[in-house]
Amino acid sequence: MEKKILQLLLEIRPEGEFLQSDNFILDGLLDSFDIVILVAELDKLFGISIDGIDIIAENFQNLDTITNLIHSSTKS
Amino acid sequence: MDFIYQNISVKGLLVVLPKNERDFMDDMKMFDFPESRSLKLKEVMGYDKHRVVEEQTCVSDLAIHGLKHLFNNGSLDKDGFDSLIVVTQSPDYLIPGTSNVIQGELELRQDIFCMDITQGCAGYIVGLMQAFMLIQQSNVNRVVLINGDVLSRKVSIHDRNSYPLIGDAVSITVIENNDTQKVFANIKMDGRDRGALEIPAGGFRMPSNAKTSILEDIGDGNKRSKDNLKMDGSAVFNFVQSKVPNMIDDLLNFSNTNLNEIDYFLFHQPNRFMLEKLADKMDIPYEKMPNNIVENFGNSSGVTIPVAIAYNLSNNLLQQKHKVCLAGFGVGLTWASMIINLGDFDFCEIIDY
Repeated sequence: MEKKILQLLLEIRPEGEFLQSDNFILDGLLDSFDIVILVAELDKLFGISIDGIDIIAENFQNLDTITNLIHSSTKS
Repeated sequence: MDFIYQNISVKGLLVVLPKNERDFMDDMKMFDFPESRSLKLKEVMGYDKHRVVEEQTCVSDLAIHGLKHLFNNGSLDKDGFDSLIVVTQSPDYLIPGTSNVIQGELELRQDIFCMDITQGCAGYIVGLMQAFMLIQQSNVNRVVLINGDVLSRKVSIHDRNSYPLIGDAVSITVIENNDTQKVFANIKMDGRDRGALEIPAGGFRMPSNAKTSILEDIGDGNKRSKDNLKMDGSAVFNFVQSKVPNMIDDLLNFSNTNLNEIDYFLFHQPNRFMLEKLADKMDIPYEKMPNNIVENFGNSSGVTIPVAIAYNLSNNLLQQKHKVCLAGFGVGLTWASMIINLGDFDFCEIIDY
């Protein structure tokens, strides 16, 4: 799953050094528009609907938090 | 706070849009933003075309154009209404009210209650609520509600988070007191978070001056001044997702209505993604929630609700009635909703200015 997420992240921000970052937000790798695009792609890829109230910066800090978010999201 | 109104009838709706149409992809070329990301945003958020006024155009210009159209085609008698309500965040002047500007320019009669209300994304619902309260008076038979904004004039053209999606529009709704239906509504506000949507300068707290017009770097290469509209997209998104589903649940309970009984959910439309997330959360089928206003006309604040009605349901509402749920959320912060039977309209159309 992490590999697929990383692939999506690199499609959105090809220049992003995601593997070198513990916090994508603080390191400026993702902004709010990127998060929206990422959520739409994750929903599609994993057949889920990430709850709107979970679309907060804390859930997009790194690969672990994004993975946890996907696991806790309901199937669409 | 919950409300019930009785003997309400919405008789017609006219939307006036500026002719000037801008293209999202063209707008994004002004910014240092990769085209591939712009295309993704277009797909996910629904940003495409948006209508904005020319530099000098005010809410009253579009409203007067629309009212003259209704007077001339016989849809509305110039002397046949008792109150003129204007809901806007972009008034012609600080003083006097835009309703008085319109009254004066059109030489409407003196025996009419003109009123301005400052409201944003929930403005259409707040305006309807005020109109419904007035119409309960025995000597008020018809109210004209104007909800309009020309906020593109207050958005920084250097702010890619706001400019490519802003839209301008004015709606004119005619309300009468000759029906037996009950209308249910609720509204809540939280002024502590008002800073999420604001224009800091230009009022008496911080008058506009040379300093407030200086562009400031707000991150991601965006710039705006204190004279410009500030939209904290993330804060507003989280506010909407946390408040709106509960609000709709409360209204359905209060009105003893099942979600399946609602024919259409006509919500304020900041962007496609936000409404799709709301629909998913509330198990509302997408076909019951028209979500095409931002992509065609831009986000015109609370006016996106009447624009959605006129754009998606005009022919339908000329012939029959539907039970609809309206919802507005944003500036204030304010969140409001209403369940009402709309239809059998005398008129329902969109015209250009």
